[in-house]
Amino acid sequence: MAVSVALVEAPAVAVTPMSYWRTVGWRLSRDRATLLAGGVLMLIVLSAVLAPWLAPYDPSAGSIRLRLAEVGAPGHVLGTDEQGRDMLSRLLWGGRMTLVAGLTPVLVALVLGAGLGVAAGYVGGITNTLIMRTMDIFYAFPAVLLAIAISGALGPGLANTLISLSIVFVPRVVRVAESATVQVKGLEYIAAARASGAGVRAIVRHHLLANVLGPILVFASTQVSLSIILAAGLSFLGLGVTPPAAEWGLMLNTLRQSIYVNAIVPALPGLAIFVTSMAFNLLSDGLRDAMEIRG
Amino acid sequence: MSRPLLEARGLRKHFPLHGGVLQRTRAWVRAVDDVSFEVAPGETLGIVGESGCGKSTLARLILRLVEPEAGVLRFDGEDVRAASPSRMKRLRRDMQLVFQDPYASLNPRLTIEDAIAFSLLVHGTPRREARERARAILGRVGLDPGLHGRRYAHELSGGQRQRVNIARALVLDPRLLVLDEPVSALDKSVQAQVLNLLRDLKAERALTYVFISHDLNVIEYVSDRVLVMYLGEVVETGTAEALAQSPKHPYTQALFASAPSMDPDRRMDRLPIAGDPPNAIDPPSGCRFRTRCPFAMPRCAEVPPPWVPVGATHEVACYLYQAEPASVA
Repeated sequence: MAVSVALVEAPAVAVTPMSYWRTVGWRLSRDRATLLAGGVLMLIVLSAVLAPWLAPYDPSAGSIRLRLAEVGAPGHVLGTDEQGRDMLSRLLWGGRMTLVAGLTPVLVALVLGAGLGVAAGYVGGITNTLIMRTMDIFYAFPAVLLAIAISGALGPGLANTLISLSIVFVPRVVRVAESATVQVKGLEYIAAARASGAGVRAIVRHHLLANVLGPILVFASTQVSLSIILAAGLSFLGLGVTPPAAEWGLMLNTLRQSIYVNAIVPALPGLAIFVTSMAFNLLSDGLRDAMEIRG
Repeated sequence: MSRPLLEARGLRKHFPLHGGVLQRTRAWVRAVDDVSFEVAPGETLGIVGESGCGKSTLARLILRLVEPEAGVLRFDGEDVRAASPSRMKRLRRDMQLVFQDPYASLNPRLTIEDAIAFSLLVHGTPRREARERARAILGRVGLDPGLHGRRYAHELSGGQRQRVNIARALVLDPRLLVLDEPVSALDKSVQAQVLNLLRDLKAERALTYVFISHDLNVIEYVSDRVLVMYLGEVVETGTAEALAQSPKHPYTQALFASAPSMDPDRRMDRLPIAGDPPNAIDPPSGCRFRTRCPFAMPRCAEVPPPWVPVGATHEVACYLYQAEPASVA
């Protein structure tokens, strides 16, 4: 392994150790659970992206005559919902919504939260107090309650869901980013960089971010599953995506009355949420293990 | 004596301690209090003292990594504290620091080569040249650039890491190297190798060292002159031989008494000091050592003792010595 790497990168040197990211990739490639989770996730994302081409029916066109068809019914592999709409098509289209509603807030929180957290941690003093105490205000509310309150105030709709969930996740990322920054900032290699005459920008770029982004990324990836569940939950409560759009949480809500008629079909969106958030959790676990620096 | 390369006059740093709901300043940790010294070009000044006596803070004050509150700091005659940011950046090339902890002092995400080259890049050296010089200096400190250059810090041993630290400090061609406990984290055999490397480098590059350590044997081995620190203050200064042969301050005597000596003839019968140093937050009045001093007198608590010359280049701050140096025994 190492020898072949050496041949590619530096022919003059006999043995070149693997670069950090190559090591991470190598570790991931030997972690079966993470690979499986990654594979499942890839399938889910692909099917969501390709929904317009994969879905056999229009997700919002139904036929009252075919309401609540069983799984395996002719023409409808996964049955139909309470309005006779094809479940497979709705699950495929719904995945798009759920993934967007789950991933976007975390991405927004990652950018904003990392920026604010690193600034608070590195600058310290008043800046730190201002940023961190503001975050504490948001942190004082339980995540679900905060999301419901903001969504309720803003009104239903995908955009408002994204805003309210971003507000939920930014403070969490800020906290992790800040504590990681404070910890790294106190290490001697940062002092050494200062002693060599490096400015704040060079230090943050070359010494701080590389050591802080790892833990922040891993933390953010653990939040994706929660975000998906919260997004679905908001839709379930009627605060998220509005009907007739397909979204897993919303589907769960509208199908819930049919659970005594047909128990399996209403469970399908729930299963989809479960598998997706599980896959994200397993992936972030594997990522954390692989990115660890071992001495 | 020619003009000193480094001159400190009355350096002081007190760290505020915050407490309470409003985070008001409750107390001050008097880490470094009124410390003065000079380092001549080519000299090695040893600074010795127990842990917590302000040695590391002093190292950081010299490099202005921590801003001094009061005092004068001159490098080659230039006022360091008054230097503009751009001038300071230039000055940093001339003064470098080697850190104590070989683990925390290297960025785990950078290869050894990149960690060393970074200092050069900061000062505008082209990338290729910086890398070449980094590899060259790695070779000089006894590491194989081909074997170790592309490795990460955690893949090296403690001694190898400390060599990297030294290489990183030297790559800027400094004139003054401040070494903050450079060998304390290493085991004895590696200590000797690193100390010899430092000695060779000093001769080869006409370096001046400020060498900080709690280990008297190490200090005695490397230093020309020694500064003994206690609770943020200097209590005695003199040549390494003078101090080793006739330490004057009771604290210095106690330090020598508690240091394991290799030479049976030099073992002292005096009691090593007992207990821990008092808190630097609220140091004792007068002479700070009086609470542990076997010779403490009433007036030690009143006014801090003045400096008394007890030899040509030997001074001590203690009431036991008046105009005439008297024996303690």
